[in-house]
Amino acid sequence: MTNQDENKEGIGGMINPRRYGIERVAYLLMRLSGLGLLAYFIGHIYETSTILKGQIGWNEFLALTQTNAGHAILAIVIAMCVFHTVNGIRVMLGHGGVGVGKPARPDYPYIPASQNIRHKMGIYSAIILAAIAMMYGLAVMFGE
Amino acid sequence: MAQTPSLAEESGSTPFSSSQSITLRIARYNPQHDSAKSFMEFQVPYEKWTTVLEAILEVKKHFDHSVAVRYSCRQATCGSCGMIINGKPRLACFTKISELNSNVITVEPMNNFPIIRDLAVKFERLFDTHHKIKPYLIRDDTEITTNTKEFLQSPEELEQYIQFSNCIKCGLCNSACPTMATDSSFVGPQALAQAYRYVADSRDKGKDNRLKIIDDSHGIWRCHFAGSCSQVCPKGVDPAMGIQLLRGYMLGFRS
Repeated sequence: MTNQDENKEGIGGMINPRRYGIERVAYLLMRLSGLGLLAYFIGHIYETSTILKGQIGWNEFLALTQTNAGHAILAIVIAMCVFHTVNGIRVMLGHGGVGVGKPARPDYPYIPASQNIRHKMGIYSAIILAAIAMMYGLAVMFGE
Repeated sequence: MAQTPSLAEESGSTPFSSSQSITLRIARYNPQHDSAKSFMEFQVPYEKWTTVLEAILEVKKHFDHSVAVRYSCRQATCGSCGMIINGKPRLACFTKISELNSNVITVEPMNNFPIIRDLAVKFERLFDTHHKIKPYLIRDDTEITTNTKEFLQSPEELEQYIQFSNCIKCGLCNSACPTMATDSSFVGPQALAQAYRYVADSRDKGKDNRLKIIDDSHGIWRCHFAGSCSQVCPKGVDPAMGIQLLRGYMLGFRS
């Protein structure tokens, strides 16, 4: 059965953050930051492997991170790292059933207990901390 | 003497006499001969209390009877009329036009379900995954056997699962789920929430059996707690909570 036959939303629907509130935005950011950190990890391994070419090769590659573009990429990496860590802790706790509320008879208008203020605060905290860390990184790298 | 209208008069009457109207865009698609989805637009009058389902039935009655839509109870109990209304999965009978705050209402078939025609989708996979998690009490004895009493349960024990027994299998949660959007084999939030419903039931003895079924690469581990399923549930089931509590059993946080 093809994707069209199954009427699946596909990746476009999966990454659409507009319809289901901040939780779906966090879901998207978690995936993007995870992929970004994976790309950084691969790049980092490649970068450190240049030491095999000797000190000149190492210094040449390291100089790339000292450019404006290099600083901007590192600042984004800092933000991704902080968001992924803080939101990851929230998600891990949720996955264990911590902070997702207790089962109870639902009353109209049926506000889901699992989408509670603690989790929303966790998501906003992750975003704010990531922004602060990124700004601090930018200040350190571009400050001189 | 007051006369009651005959059935013929009732069915022929126009239900809406309002001066307000909306543009209802209905997705049309027949997989037998259409290559892509198209939309037909209708101007439909509405009242403050008119539901989207009533507007669709108005279209069927007065403009185009060939629009395919599944419905039955008209009171959010049967779970038949799930569809995408202005981008979000909702029950058409439980969604008033006036609460959508839009002059254009777009209705489409639910995502992640194969289309039969227009707004009607196939539910086979949802029912298959529902059956897969054994949605019944598993134990050796039975209430029916002579010389046994009914299984007793305290109100506190009932509270543990009663919320999840409200599921009407409308499929809105599966339609909103981001994992279902890409993974055809994922068991889905509906079935996982029902697995929790029976695991949390103090009368049930099939916990290990069910946990084994959902402990699969396309099972519970594919849920990433996006929570969209809970946001669209029309009965307050909160599948996201059930799935995380269920995972708590698997990770050893609950017993």
